Amino acid sequence: MKFKVLYYVNQFFGQVGGEDKAGMAPEYKKEKIGPALGFNGLLGDEGEVVGTLICGDNYFNENNEEALEYIKNVIKEENPDVVVAGPAFNAGRYGMACAGVVNAAAEMGKKVVTGMYIENPAVDHAKGNAIIVETKDSAADMRNALPKMAAIVKKLMSGEEVGTPAEEGYIAQGKRLTVFAKDRGSKRAVDMLLARFNNEEFETELPMPVFDKVDIAPAIKDLSKATIALVTSGGIVPEGNPDRIQSASAQKWGKYDVSGVDSLQEGGYETIHGGYDPVYANELPDRVAPLDFMKQAEKEGKIGKVFKYFYTTTGTGTAVGKSIEFGTEIGKELKEAGVDGVILTST
Amino acid sequence: MVKEIERYGIPIVHMSTITTISESVGANRIVPTIAIPYPVGNPNLDKQEEEDLRKDMVNRALDCLATEITETTQF
Repeated sequence: MKFKVLYYVNQFFGQVGGEDKAGMAPEYKKEKIGPALGFNGLLGDEGEVVGTLICGDNYFNENNEEALEYIKNVIKEENPDVVVAGPAFNAGRYGMACAGVVNAAAEMGKKVVTGMYIENPAVDHAKGNAIIVETKDSAADMRNALPKMAAIVKKLMSGEEVGTPAEEGYIAQGKRLTVFAKDRGSKRAVDMLLARFNNEEFETELPMPVFDKVDIAPAIKDLSKATIALVTSGGIVPEGNPDRIQSASAQKWGKYDVSGVDSLQEGGYETIHGGYDPVYANELPDRVAPLDFMKQAEKEGKIGKVFKYFYTTTGTGTAVGKSIEFGTEIGKELKEAGVDGVILTST
Repeated sequence: MVKEIERYGIPIVHMSTITTISESVGANRIVPTIAIPYPVGNPNLDKQEEEDLRKDMVNRALDCLATEITETTQF
């Protein structure tokens, strides 16, 4: 008998639509849609995709409980052996939805597999329960990701041992298993040391976790004398995007003098962010970066003043390395200008 | 970006809708927002209601910059 797979995708991969459909509530179709179709083909005679769950990325993240309740009911009714979600590549909202789905399914005792780019913020939320195949950062990698995901699902179902993260191409889950090594520890340690001495490649057997928590900055003592800066990753720029900030995978940030205007709307701003429906932000950019009421707080004396410049970039698919660079550069300017506090908005 | 700016010792508040992401990227002061395409607004409300909402959220964000915290906090 073939094992049963239930497949989860977002509105885009579910072929419903783009950002304009990101608010759609979950739907279940007893069909193989988008990646579910390709995935089904890779299972051969062993398993079958019985249906595709489709949910809008915004809906899932904004109505988490309702979305999960619907999805859990479908899982209960279909009673699949495996739940597969994504791959989400570097899409943050889609990744969080995939993490939510696989975690719920794992709680219900299902085997779960998904796929993500290593920098997807959802990796940390899903890796405890799911095997996450490591993908590249864009959907162009679909043809490599699906076979890896299918191979792992087949192994999970046949009871064959799933190899190490490096062998199978998934993200390490932080689990330690007992294995028999070829050599004893002392020899492996000396071999590794010699390799280091000789500048040869070597691989640690126990990577150290990286903890990077920033100390909480002390609170502002007197708000009424403070200068507050506004920063956004929502891609709000002056009309025409004079500095040509990228609409996805941003390579730079921009800063614009807002000292002469009372709102971003008055300043003639728009969004170039490629990761959400721009209608509402273009209508009123202050909905994404609320300069209007920061200026009002200044007028009312709640704060000293709004910093002269407004800082902006696009936070969709932007590499973690780049955002660190942007934050370091913007923070340096703000520090040197004596800014006391920052509001940073994200979409 | 939030983390790198705070590294300079400047208090920063992250206004975002998916607060779980906000926490996992290391924000310490967080104000949850309305929706992804309009974090600090709501086009379904009438003009006055929407302005009241945004004013309230901005003031909450400003107040949290003036509030001492000892751990990641949502305001």
